[in-house]
Amino acid sequence: MAEMDTSSGGGHKKGPGVKKAKKLSTRVDLTPMVDLGFLLITFFVFTTSMSQPTGLKMFLPKDADKPEDQNKVKQSAVLTILLGKGDNVYYYEGELALDASNFKSSSFKDIRDVVLNKKRNTDPKDFVVILKPNDECTYKNTVDILDEMAINDVKRYAMVDIADVENQLIKATEQSSGVK
Amino acid sequence: MPKVKVPRKSTTIDMTAMCDVAFLLLSFFILATKFKPSEALEVKTPTSVNTKAAPEKDVVMITIDKEGKVYFSMSEKEKKEAALETILASKGLQMSAEAKKVFGKESSFIGVPIANLPSYFGLSEEEAKKVALPGIPVKDSSNNELNDWLRAALSAYEGEKMNLLVKGDNASQYGIFKNVINAFKKNDLLKFQMVTDPEGIPAGSELSKKQIKGEKLD
Repeated sequence: MAEMDTSSGGGHKKGPGVKKAKKLSTRVDLTPMVDLGFLLITFFVFTTSMSQPTGLKMFLPKDADKPEDQNKVKQSAVLTILLGKGDNVYYYEGELALDASNFKSSSFKDIRDVVLNKKRNTDPKDFVVILKPNDECTYKNTVDILDEMAINDVKRYAMVDIADVENQLIKATEQSSGVK
Repeated sequence: MPKVKVPRKSTTIDMTAMCDVAFLLLSFFILATKFKPSEALEVKTPTSVNTKAAPEKDVVMITIDKEGKVYFSMSEKEKKEAALETILASKGLQMSAEAKKVFGKESSFIGVPIANLPSYFGLSEEEAKKVALPGIPVKDSSNNELNDWLRAALSAYEGEKMNLLVKGDNASQYGIFKNVINAFKKNDLLKFQMVTDPEGIPAGSELSKKQIKGEKLD
């Protein structure tokens, strides 16, 4: 491939009897070396793991037994997000109405707008999001909703155990919409 | 009409440049590579926009697999052994020196109830692979062994910082995670991290605006 022209370009002729030393080529055929190089590259490309796992920080609140120790939040500034099975998201603003009229279904696609809307319409210093995953939602959903809080830059949010009433509402909604 | 002479060009190419590039890339990948440790537990972690790398030292990791089984592991050998001693002493169990050696291996993790520890770690490597691990019992509060492990880990790390990590599978249910959190709360461990895979920040979101403005993301 990469040979050098060893024949001297017909120049100076030496006298008779002077033997011409044969010049050896200094070039090496590099093709096998390139082959080997790319083989190794492909090997390392496939085995390498570029992305380091990240750690999503989470702080748990200390359980406050006495009601006076508990954090108070303004009802109107609260958005409660409930997570059910099958990647379904439910939410309500403020307090859950007795007839559950403000209980709405949503999805992970739409919940961002809901959060942003609520955020825009409330005083930033009161705004709180309460997350209530139920036992049937997946760990992925839980992390996704926490991530959603980071994406929407929600400063105050808390993960709270779900109440029975809410769980029943989710169950009823799931049944009526046929979620398995 | 005279014939136009097409000069015959050589078909050989100088490979030196290509060779240079190949080896440059090769050396880059060799240096950048970090071999994945072969994991006995296969866990697919969720993604998050978080960019901070998970810690690697002084890790106390709780792994939840897709069936909701809970496993416990610690990265530092001495601490792990110290925790084991605490557990064995508190439960009045005995473990042979060989079993302890197996336990002390870097990749070992705890996936059996405390009572089964001596027998499980007494198995040979091939035998141990065949055993279906039941996971650490966490479900009911009266027999939450994760609690004991956390307490043992805490005493092993007394006065030092330990990094509590939760690595959950996408498909595992929140109920199990809640049990784990409850065990944390019982031990006053209120700070932990969840292992996730990085993902891009969605364009146009509040966080991306913040990033553009150059504010610190946390």
